[in-house]
This record gives sequence, structure tokens and C-alpha cells, in this order.
Amino acid sequence: MRPLFVILAFLTVLASGFWAYKENYATKQTLHEASALNREILRLREAIAVQRAEWAYLNRPDRLAELVEANFDRLGLLPMQPNQFAPLATLPERPPELPEISDTYSLKAQPDAEDAP
Amino acid sequence: MIRKPLRPLAQVLDARTRGEDPDRIEAENIQERHDAMRDRFRLRAEGRLLFLAFAFCAAFLTIGARMVVLAGADPAEPRRFVGATQIQSQRADILDRNGRLLATNHTTSALYSHPRELIDPARTARELARIFPDLDEAQLLRQLTGKASFVWLRRRLSPEQVQMVHDIGEPGLYFGPREMRLYPNGRLAAHVLGGARFGDEGVHSAEVIGTAGVELALDQRLRDPQRLDTPVELSLDLTVQAVVAEVLDAGMKMLGAKGAAAIIMDAHSGEIISMVSLPDFDPNDRPRPPVSGDPGDSPIFNRALQGVYELGSVMKVFPVAQALELGLVMPETMVNSSSPMQLGKHRIRDFRNYGPQLSVSDVVVKSSNVGTVRINNMVGTTHQQAFLQELGFFDAVPVELAEAPRARPLLPRRWSDIHAATISYGHGISVSPLHLAQGYAALVNGGTKVTPSLLKGGNPQRGAQVISPQTSALMREMLRKTVTEGTAKMADIPGYFVAGKTGTADKMKPTGGYYKDKVMANFAGTFPVTDPRYVIVVSLDEPSETSGTEVRRTAGWTAVPVTAEIIRRAAPLMGLVPALETPRLSGLTRVGN
Repeated sequence: MRPLFVILAFLTVLASGFWAYKENYATKQTLHEASALNREILRLREAIAVQRAEWAYLNRPDRLAELVEANFDRLGLLPMQPNQFAPLATLPERPPELPEISDTYSLKAQPDAEDAP
Repeated sequence: MIRKPLRPLAQVLDARTRGEDPDRIEAENIQERHDAMRDRFRLRAEGRLLFLAFAFCAAFLTIGARMVVLAGADPAEPRRFVGATQIQSQRADILDRNGRLLATNHTTSALYSHPRELIDPARTARELARIFPDLDEAQLLRQLTGKASFVWLRRRLSPEQVQMVHDIGEPGLYFGPREMRLYPNGRLAAHVLGGARFGDEGVHSAEVIGTAGVELALDQRLRDPQRLDTPVELSLDLTVQAVVAEVLDAGMKMLGAKGAAAIIMDAHSGEIISMVSLPDFDPNDRPRPPVSGDPGDSPIFNRALQGVYELGSVMKVFPVAQALELGLVMPETMVNSSSPMQLGKHRIRDFRNYGPQLSVSDVVVKSSNVGTVRINNMVGTTHQQAFLQELGFFDAVPVELAEAPRARPLLPRRWSDIHAATISYGHGISVSPLHLAQGYAALVNGGTKVTPSLLKGGNPQRGAQVISPQTSALMREMLRKTVTEGTAKMADIPGYFVAGKTGTADKMKPTGGYYKDKVMANFAGTFPVTDPRYVIVVSLDEPSETSGTEVRRTAGWTAVPVTAEIIRRAAPLMGLVPALETPRLSGLTRVGN
């Protein structure tokens, strides 16, 4: 009986030692990964901060005004004017539904002339 | 195992037959058995000893090896957990009221050198001078070959420059991380933001401290380590600020003015939506204060806050409001307005003669100096002082700008009768446009005192009641009439019901007396007058309108059109929908006699 107990105890020690060894290395690995992730987060946060600054710089009102002016023929944008506000009642009715666009052109599918917008 | 018996019967019988002592056999056997046991025990003991010796050796060897490893390894702090990491920026960001970025931080590098580690100082100096054209090669070489063991070369480097310096391949050149303040919008809101500079500088980091504006006024808050991640939100609206700056700049150039200022402020909360002062500067590269000349002409001078000037007729509304509040007059009361008026040995005259009598309302609408002085005389000097003090004209405006506490109004040392008279129409007292905005806000918003603020949300306020809501309504009506039929006709923008008062003040000569051809043209007003949301103050320094046959300098021809354009452009951006029908102005029922 006693030798069996000794052997069992020995095996337990061996197993727990092995387990502790494995855990130790797993922890170290996780810590390593976590700090790598943290570095990555830090790097990305810094990149975001740079992007935000860049975004603000590219969207500064002076530049937008210049771009709008340079692309006037394409955009046709003008400064907002008070007379561009309109009460809801003066808006035109919603236009009638347009016929669906189909690939195949057939005379039969043509809507009546009256329905066409 | 079969144990050998101690007294084997066969041997005992044998011994007996031979006549020997059988006990000896037993003794021999016992001896033999003991020997065997002794041998076994010794072997076991030796084994144990050996095992123990081995175990101790192993233990000591392990400890020894560990000690060697520890002695040879770099020290590292044992970590049991990994915390969340934050960027350690030094200053919180500054945003406008809609969350657009006004100031942020940017990581760059600073360049320094350990000249003793340089391999080829001559080549290094040549290459550096090529990368940074503003560095002088000869001087650089002198620095790098001198006795110093440490030389700062550049404060801030762009990433491209860092790469170029790397490419020199010189081991004696080092980079230190630097965090710099970045203002992505350039000149916009420059006077509000102020600027920042490096404080204490080390190799590994440098302090960034505010130099002016909110950066200095809120320096403690911006650098508070607890709140670095929470940006400071200002009350400014970047879009409105841009439009106001653009229009004001165009107006200033068209009218040949040498400076201009504009403020748009919430009439109830005191939030400053826009504060522009021209000429301006780039806070990323803030100019140094001028060492000679008038500091008021420097671009870093904030005219809206620091520019204390005699503002002229815009101040006339205050004695009128007070007379109404005290029940001395009604808007229809007639006052003597024959110009010139003799006061002691001084004469007070109007821009032109408005006849012998004007109603109180017309005194404001036509801007009569004489009429105002007469009304002010009814109020009396003591009341006048108390009222102006209550409106904040005696103290610096407590706004969140570093320059604010020093921007104090200029008041006469002795408040004599002639001072009381001239102050009633805006001469003899010098205040800033911000003071004026503060005063007008209280006048039109229903009569409560407003404290201007640059922080979103404003100061939590429902200030003291300075004048009654009824007086406030009457003032709004008069100011509206000034725009519809008085001196500020050009400010009448359909749908926004602008109300306000013009003011043209001759500029004081530094030697005393006034210039004949240099004026400050001002407009102060509110819109929409039906339910005042915003107060606007526009001030132009030395404008002149030369489209006609004669040069016109009055505010009605200079400040008013500029204000009108600002409102036309800015009001839609602030979400003000123009009203379509003409509203009833006064909530009071008129009783005529």
C-alpha cells in the first residue's frame, strides 16, 4: 500500500510541476501577446489622432471654399442664402413613379404616354 | 523468501551425535543473519546518502545557475497584469461647438547632436545645411567642432526631414520625441486659440504650454492629467467663424480699413459663436509681440477683446433705456434737440440739425447727440454710473481668454458733468466690442445680465434683471426702427428682422484731440428682433467708402453693410429660418393721448 501511495504522490508532483511549467509559459506568452496588442492599439490610436488632424486640416473652411470655387463649373455651389429656405407648403408634389428600367426593350412594356413623366 | 531456520533439526541431531553444543549452530546462524541484515542496511543507507547528496547538489546547482542567469540578465519588472494603455499626450484637444477639431497634438522629433560622437563634422554640417536651408553651414560647423558635448539643432522636424537626417548616417545625431500643438484650421479663430510653445525641454520630452487665448487661460484644465482624454468644447461655431472672417476681411479690404472686429454672441446664454479680429495670424507660428510701434496694430492684438475704443453713438441706447426704465420718458416723449447745445464752456452738436424737438424714439433712430445728453441729464450722473457698472462697462469681461483681465475699459478719472454728457453718446469712455455685446445682450434679451463665455453651454446664467422686460421690448422696437427708417437701413435683411444701432466715433490722436478723417465705425444689434437669439457687434477701424462723390466714413455706409452681409451669410448657417410675415413687435398695448 505504501509504495503505491509514494508512487502516486510522486506522479502528482510530477504532473503538477509539468502543469505549473506549462502555465508559466502560457502566461508569459499571453503577456507578450497582450503587450504586443497594446503597442498595436497605441500605434493605431496615434494613427487615428494623425488622421483626425489630417481630416480637420483637409476640411478646413478656407480649403473647402477654395475647392468649391475651383470646381464651380462642376458643382455649381454658392454660399447659403436666406431665400433658399422654403416652407413645406410651397414644395411641389411628389413626382409620379417612374417606370422601372428594364434591360429588354419591348414595345408592349412601354407605359402609356399619359403615365410617362 | 524462505528464511533459514536458526536451529535446523538435521544439524542439531548431527551435533548431538558428535557430542557438540547445538547452541553454537544457532549462534552461528544468528551471526550469519545479522551480517546479512547489516549488509542490506548499509547498502540502503549508502543509497540514501547518495540520493541526498545528489539532491543537494542538484538544488545548489540550480540555485547557482539561477543566480548566474539573474546576474547576467537585464533587470525587468515582473508583471502580473497588462493594463490598458493610453496615449500620453500632454494637452487635451480643443473642439468647436459641433465637435470640429480646433487644436490637437502631433508627435514629431527634435534633432540634437553629441558632437564628440561625430565622425565627420564637416560633412554633417554641409548635409544639415542642405536639408535645413535656414541653418548656416559655417556656424553649424563651429558648433559641432566646439567644446560642447551637446548641441540642440532643431526643435521640430517633419517626417521627411527625419528620414533625410537618417540618410546622412552620422552616429552623433540623435532624435528626441516631441509633441507639438497643431491648429489644423490655420488662421481661423487664431485670437481665441492663442497659441502654445515649448516650456521646459529635455531630451526625451518637452512641456507644451499655452501662450495666449484659451490655451493660456485654460492651461491648467488642458494639462490636467485626469482629463487629458476629454476635449475642451468651445462655444465657437467653426463654419460661422469662417464666414464671418471671410466677409469681414472682404469688407475691411473694400473699405480700406486697417483693422476690424466682429462678435456674434448668444443673447441669452452668453456663448460666443464667433469672435473675429483682423488682421490675424497663424497660431501654428505665432508672431512675437512687437517691440516698437502701437501694440494695437499688431496681428496678435485681439481687437474684439483688447481693443478698447470710444465707440460713439452705439452707447446712446443705454441712457435712453435707463430713462425708460426709471419712468422718466416714454418713446413718444419729445425732448429738446436744438443743436448746438451749450454745456458749460463746451458745445455739443449733432451730425446735422434735426430741428428743435425729437421724440425719444427718434433720438435713437436719428442718433442725436443733443437729445441723448438731454435724456441723460434727466437720469443724472449717479444713476448713469450705477447702470453702466451693472451692465459691466466698468470691469474687464470675465471671458476665458488670457488677455481678458488686462482688457479693462478706460474711464474718466473724475466723472464731471461734461464727462457724463459725452459718455452718454459714447465719447470719453473706451470699451471693447465684447463689452458692447455684453451690454446689448442684456438690453434686448428681456433685461437680464449676460456674461460672455467661450465654453459650450456658456456660463450657467439667468443673470440679474438689469432692466424690466417691458423696457427691453421698447428698446428692441427702437433698435428695429433704427434699421427700418434710421441710420442703419442697409442692415434690413428680409426675414431676419435685424435691429441695432450705428456708431461713428472720431479716433483720438495720441497727442490729444481728435482726427478729422479717422473714425471707428461700429454697429451693434440683434437678430431676429422678434425673439432675440443673437447679438452682433461689428467694428471697423478707419474705414472709408469712396464709391460716391464724397468720401463717406459713417457707420451707416461702412459697418452696416458689412454687418448685413455677415448676417445674410451666417444666419442660415446657425439654423435661423427667415420669417415670412412681419411680426408684431411690442407686446405692449399703446395708449396714445
